[in-house]
Amino acid sequence: MIYNRFIRGEQSASEDGGQSMDAPKTGEFAHIGKSVVIKGELSGSEDLYVDGNVEGKIELRNHSLTIGPNGNVKADISAKAVVVQGKLDGNVNASERVDLRKSAVMTGDVITQRIAIEEGAFLKGKVDVQREAGRAAAL
Amino acid sequence: MASGSRPQVRASMSSVSGNVMKFFRSSNQVASPAVPQKLARRSSGMGEVSRLLNSQEGLCVLDMGATSASNIRFFTSNGHKNYSEDLLCSSLDPALRIQDSAGNSVIDSKKFLDDNLVYPAAHFDVVLVWNLPDYMEESLVKPTIDRLWSVMKPGGFLLTFFHTRDAGPDSICYRYHVTGTDMLEMQEVKFAPPGRPSSEKQSPRLQRVFNNRHIENLFRDFASIKFFLARDAIREVLVVR
Repeated sequence: MIYNRFIRGEQSASEDGGQSMDAPKTGEFAHIGKSVVIKGELSGSEDLYVDGNVEGKIELRNHSLTIGPNGNVKADISAKAVVVQGKLDGNVNASERVDLRKSAVMTGDVITQRIAIEEGAFLKGKVDVQREAGRAAAL
Repeated sequence: MASGSRPQVRASMSSVSGNVMKFFRSSNQVASPAVPQKLARRSSGMGEVSRLLNSQEGLCVLDMGATSASNIRFFTSNGHKNYSEDLLCSSLDPALRIQDSAGNSVIDSKKFLDDNLVYPAAHFDVVLVWNLPDYMEESLVKPTIDRLWSVMKPGGFLLTFFHTRDAGPDSICYRYHVTGTDMLEMQEVKFAPPGRPSSEKQSPRLQRVFNNRHIENLFRDFASIKFFLARDAIREVLVVR
């Protein structure tokens, strides 16, 4: 059975006991909680925080995606910035940056302009850091 | 029937656990406090690899150590593509354990290569194997090197480190961070054995010591091999595909 639920709105880090330390603190964003399972294609024009299970494709173009510590994502991702604290199985194309936090376990290729990897993060895949001019030519 | 099979299952699980545990040091050793210590070391082999990296752009580099931000930064800042694949970690997956015809627990090298090092032929210009052959299960070493031969471009460089005969089984297993053209930072590697909490992380155990002849046999399909002897009981080996 597939559960599909969106909670839209603001959430401070303290509301969940600091668990989602990288969840956007202000402004509008979509939040997929840890009990939520989604299969399919996700696209949007706001930032997205995923702490649940997503399988398919995520396309945010000019917005950010954060995969929380409980997040388990099997999807190719296209976004402005991607922060991974949980598990990600898929390729990432981020126009600005990718952050792999210490709890991140990622299998897939990364194309971005900047990448930051914390000590302890696991990455199996290719990293292709493209300069802005290179990206513009590629697009 | 179910209850009758339980002891067998338990025996089988303990056999798997025992076989995995032999990759770690004795568990009665008191774990030292988690102080991430990094030691600097000069590497002639890395110096040769850097010369190749500086002479061309857009090379494909395969780093077979633990994910290292400094390695990714070092390679990608020079316009190269970095591939990360921690084979030592992957080789400890209990799911790779099977029983041979005699009932011994062995690693399924076919499954290992089905899941890992899956790349097109002649894809990489540089492969950094680091100290993997010294710490990996023996049955996986030769198949892994053979696979590397096929995914490397002719003329590509492979850098690997071997302990000399002076090293004891409790020599520390390091991961390597590239910090300069011929400078490396060494950091102790620790894994939690399967099913154990991360607080019980242990350093992998040195599995064997290769002598020069073993190393030459291991890389006999490659075009050339160059040895650099270092002071810290490490033999750096630069192999050209």
